[in-house]
Amino acid sequence: MKTMQNLEPIYLSRLQHYLYCSRQFALIELEDVWIENQFTAEGQVLHQRVNLADQQKRGDVRTVWALRLSNIEFGIEGVADVVEYHRQEAGIEIPYPIEYKRGKPKTHRADEVQLCAQALCLEEMHGVDVTDGALFYGEVRRRHPVHFDAELRNLTIEIILACRAIVQSKVTPKAFYEAKKCNGCSLIDQCHPERFRKSASSWLAAQLKKD
Amino acid sequence: MRPLRNVIYVQTQNSWLHKDNENLVLKVDKETIARIPIHKLQGLVCFGQVSVSPYLMAHCAENGVTITFLNMFGKFLARVEGPVSGNVLLRRTQHLAGNSSESSVNIAQVMLTGKLYNQRYVIRRYLRDHGETITDKKVLFDLQTAEKRLSRCLTQITDCTTIDTLMGREGEAAQVYFGVFNHLIRQKDFEFDIRRRRPPSDPVNALLSFCYTLLIHDCRSALETTGLDPASGFLHQLRSGRPSLALDIAEEFRPLIDRFVLTLINKRQLVVKDFETWPNGSLTLKDEPRKTLLAAWQDRKQDTILHPWFEETVPIGILPWLQSQILARFLRGDCDSYVPFLWK
Repeated sequence: MKTMQNLEPIYLSRLQHYLYCSRQFALIELEDVWIENQFTAEGQVLHQRVNLADQQKRGDVRTVWALRLSNIEFGIEGVADVVEYHRQEAGIEIPYPIEYKRGKPKTHRADEVQLCAQALCLEEMHGVDVTDGALFYGEVRRRHPVHFDAELRNLTIEIILACRAIVQSKVTPKAFYEAKKCNGCSLIDQCHPERFRKSASSWLAAQLKKD
Repeated sequence: MRPLRNVIYVQTQNSWLHKDNENLVLKVDKETIARIPIHKLQGLVCFGQVSVSPYLMAHCAENGVTITFLNMFGKFLARVEGPVSGNVLLRRTQHLAGNSSESSVNIAQVMLTGKLYNQRYVIRRYLRDHGETITDKKVLFDLQTAEKRLSRCLTQITDCTTIDTLMGREGEAAQVYFGVFNHLIRQKDFEFDIRRRRPPSDPVNALLSFCYTLLIHDCRSALETTGLDPASGFLHQLRSGRPSLALDIAEEFRPLIDRFVLTLINKRQLVVKDFETWPNGSLTLKDEPRKTLLAAWQDRKQDTILHPWFEETVPIGILPWLQSQILARFLRGDCDSYVPFLWK
């Protein structure tokens, strides 16, 4: 595979934005739009603990918080909330990434993709296979194990490439209104998915014609 | 819709503003006058001798609250704000569009369409509210004629292909509009002759000038919040130090200001003796009446109005922000034209 060493990195946290909505990704990545809402604020609070870089050893498990990650081959970087290093019998340590999420397990795979991308980073950084990780959901307060199979890996790589294509084209995808998705999006007031469906010039002409 | 945050105007001389946790505290002679949570603010405007602690400045900058310092007469002195929004692609597109006369004309045309449409609304609204009580036949005729002529100017605007002809049409419309403006004033001691800016030599012109300054201030912050460059305009020529784009988007809102000024006068919230005359013949508001005006302006911004494009009722204060949004989205290719705020 072609190396992406010279490319601007894609941040791990942005991959899930793309999965939620490619326009949301572009608004944040290209247009510097970011609005805090209840959900993002809750996420911040949940992350306060894991944002402090730290490590701790307990038995065969070494736990590291806020670990910086990157994968040069794919041109991605970011910070893992928690990585547990599980010591194997042979003495080697296998990283096990854990990502903290507010809410509960979701029907789409955005959280799994973000975690899998972390695994890709850890594999390149440590030269070992990372086969498993976990998502910790704040609402249910439970670990949800994730296995990095070929399907999830391919999906993750596909998403990374799609994100890169947007960054390179510098074009924000058009809005498509989907009530369920859009009404829960913190960027709805910046995106205006419903309004920009209509032609502005014909709307204006019609208004002027009215009287 | 985005909540409207307040702008605080401080004009008590020798005020001291500082930060206490998440609050802004206003002190005069070491006595606490007010305490306001900073997250509820959008801007802070200080007139004259008002001091602000550096920690409050930093906190405001981090929270996107712009601090503007004006002298006692409202002349701009300095501004303190945090990092500019990083939407470099938007700014690049804006500058390229400004460089193309075709794009500039298209955008400027829509903005002026908004202005003339709203000027006509001011007259229509007056005819609707007071038409039946106008006893002077000539006044009624003048107003009806002005309404028709503005309609014609509105059509002519859409045929213009250069900024110069647009400016010409706009000038004609202004003559028509301000030509009947005096008819809209229902207090005999206030007289309006023509629009005079430097310096305003009668109370009505002084009020218009002062309120336009407030408007342009709001337009400028709206553009900056959106990530547009307030200095790079389409209708107004580039000139260093001039917020040309803020002046551009302010055009659509000037008629709202005009009506606000008319209301202040007609409801006798301000009277002629509220003004003082300076040796050069210019007039300014005295301190107390200026407070009255600023309070009325803050109230007015809370009033809601229908935004026909968004099909939503919104506080008047966020209109500049919404128009900045539409402009930004148009420049980024989300829609096929800029659309103005049409007052209905």
